[in-house]
Amino acid sequence: MAADIPEGKEALVKEARWSTLFGEAVLAEKPDELVVERSHLAEVAKRLRDDPDLGYDYCTNVTSVDYPDYFEVVYHLLSISKGKGLLTLKTRTPKDDPVVPSLTPIWPAANFQEREVWDMMGVRFEGHPNLRRILLWEGFAGHPLRKDWREPYYEEDHKPFGSRWPDGVYTPAETRTPWGRNVQYPPGWDPDEWEPPDLELPTVSAAELSDVTALKTDRILVNVGPQHPSTHGVFRMKVTLEGETVVALEPVMGYLHRCHEKIGERNLYIQNIPFTDRLDYITAMANNLGYVTTVEKLLGIQPPPRAEFLRVIMAEFTRVMNHLLAIGFLFNDLGLYFTAALYGIRERELILDLFEMASGSRMMCNYMRFGGVAHDLPEEGVQLARDLAFDRLPRVVEEFERYLNEIEIFTARTVGVGVLPPEQAIALGASGPVLRGSGVKYDIRKFQPYSIYEEFEFDIPTGTRGDVYDRYMVRIQEIWQSLRILKQALDRLPGGEIQAGKKAWQVKVPAGEVYGRVENPKGELGFFIVSDGSPNPYRYHIRSPSFVNLTALEPMAVGQKIADLVVILGSIDITLGEVDR
Amino acid sequence: MDEQTLQVPPSLRRNIFLTSVDWIYNTARVYSLWPLTFGLACCAIEMMAAGAARFDQARFGMEVARPSPRQADLMVVAGTVTKKMVPLVVRLYNQMPEPKYVLAMGACACSGGPFKEGYNVVSGIDEFLPVDVYVPGCPPRPEALLEGFMAIHAKMRRESVRTVRWYSKEPAQDCPIPFLGPDLVDPRQVPAIKAAAQAARRSNPERDEA
Repeated sequence: MAADIPEGKEALVKEARWSTLFGEAVLAEKPDELVVERSHLAEVAKRLRDDPDLGYDYCTNVTSVDYPDYFEVVYHLLSISKGKGLLTLKTRTPKDDPVVPSLTPIWPAANFQEREVWDMMGVRFEGHPNLRRILLWEGFAGHPLRKDWREPYYEEDHKPFGSRWPDGVYTPAETRTPWGRNVQYPPGWDPDEWEPPDLELPTVSAAELSDVTALKTDRILVNVGPQHPSTHGVFRMKVTLEGETVVALEPVMGYLHRCHEKIGERNLYIQNIPFTDRLDYITAMANNLGYVTTVEKLLGIQPPPRAEFLRVIMAEFTRVMNHLLAIGFLFNDLGLYFTAALYGIRERELILDLFEMASGSRMMCNYMRFGGVAHDLPEEGVQLARDLAFDRLPRVVEEFERYLNEIEIFTARTVGVGVLPPEQAIALGASGPVLRGSGVKYDIRKFQPYSIYEEFEFDIPTGTRGDVYDRYMVRIQEIWQSLRILKQALDRLPGGEIQAGKKAWQVKVPAGEVYGRVENPKGELGFFIVSDGSPNPYRYHIRSPSFVNLTALEPMAVGQKIADLVVILGSIDITLGEVDR
Repeated sequence: MDEQTLQVPPSLRRNIFLTSVDWIYNTARVYSLWPLTFGLACCAIEMMAAGAARFDQARFGMEVARPSPRQADLMVVAGTVTKKMVPLVVRLYNQMPEPKYVLAMGACACSGGPFKEGYNVVSGIDEFLPVDVYVPGCPPRPEALLEGFMAIHAKMRRESVRTVRWYSKEPAQDCPIPFLGPDLVDPRQVPAIKAAAQAARRSNPERDEA
């Protein structure tokens, strides 16, 4: 599989012949964009995937936009096997009948993302295997990302709010709602007449039992989380077990759904930067980079060289830190309670010292700006970065490798566990170390370079078996590659300006839409932004790697033992802030 | 030591100390305060950093983080409390045995923080739990969290065995557990919500049929 992937940059999609291919199904087209009639969506999608000339095998992002006259469902596709770049597939559905055919049977990666669109925007997907709410709960009133839906603390459509300080007096939000809380109920709602919707997992029938003559065991349903030390936050799994073997698994999420997208649409563009810090709170700097490069695509500005180098340095230190923590917590899950994690956190503190020197904050750096960075890195910061990249971190990673790579208990518990074959990894939309661990040589930094990654030499480490051990090894190797990039960047760090143009609170973003993606430590972080030319984004969607990678959890876990389930989850490396957003 | 009233053999003179019951009781509790391994969001990472080598909360006897609420004394509400999560947070608190303390870590747990306006966010855990110490910050630095622990310790030292609630004869009160309807419902507000629904129905009887 790995050998089939073309090396080098992805070709831009140039085929402006969609209407000759698909006839009247096409409503509008651009070279890299295709709007189809919703009744033809499934057949167009099937052909896009199966036609050997097209070969769009990877569905990276699914989202929707609420326009005044219709809902638009947006799919972002790629061809990993053909090395083709982004293709935007869109369909429209009227507001009084928001139904489109589900593309989950074609790209299983769309499974959770279509559920999210249903939850947030209320577009039904016909033929979806399990179309239920995913981030909120069954029974919640309304679909929050519709433009006409208002939250209890609603003030105005856009910030800055004029109503914040009427007559110089601040009125707390609580005093403006009837219940003094952040809640609202449908008019006339009566708690006595309300019945909770049925939330039970569909049980597995006896006919599906594999071997009835074997040792007789009953199936049991085990609930893991949301308060469970191995779930890396508030994640929950409903696991059906036969003996100790997992036969079905349903992830339940949304316990940290912090309404990033609704808040993001009220915010100014610049106000979203600190919110991106809190998406994946371990990799704040890398999230900043993803957001600012996406908005810069719309703005059409280029940061000065020193700012670009500083961005890359910060993003790569973030990758090192994230992988050290991920490895530490993987060993936590294996039962090596906190020893490896403490070593990871020790190095994290040193990297955080560098971030604090650069940005003034340890964890939530809020460092990057459109067209530059917020502060220059002082000379002692550069020295600390050099010490870390050239001296300290190589020794530490070498130590990690020496102690951990070949522990027999570790290899016995991870080799051959949680195998994800490469074809399945692509179909399920896995990205980052999960995809590369399966042997798919795909890294956005190489295939669709952003910032200045083209200038650096580095390799893409891949695994061969696609098991937990390979994902661990890919992370270790990626640390080495990050250190390689860091050494080059620090050696060539130029002086000069750190901001293109003047620093501005408000940026004028031209109307248009953009999907920008970066290779975050956990996988592909994408931002889909629709601008209508106003100071606030019209639509702000985050494609988070942790969320989409979780689609692969059930296929990896079924057939494994319950004790290995925890390890498999640890090897995906999720952060709940990003899963639930 | 008053040797007139208490006869202490000379060999034990240097080994016996007299103090109040409260002091010994509180000192023992202060240096074995076990937190619940319970992270909600970003602040949980800083809480882990506070437990790791550089900040090392083991210096205060607090490194024994228990994943089970039944073995924990201190709940650090570290991060944003969402409506979907708050019934579980309150249930965890009710499962903790007395004496128990709550520390709200970070702006979100104190007040809703940067996510306050979000439709799925609770504006501070103190709407549902009795919070002992608030540590603001987004996220608070580990030093700030340690300062919060010190504040809890100071609070514990002021308590007296004679007046603490867990030795009183009244039955312990559980916190009411909110539930999820069309939005988060606090059981204490149910009568008011019901009254409002009935008033709405009386003023506009056709709406229900429409």
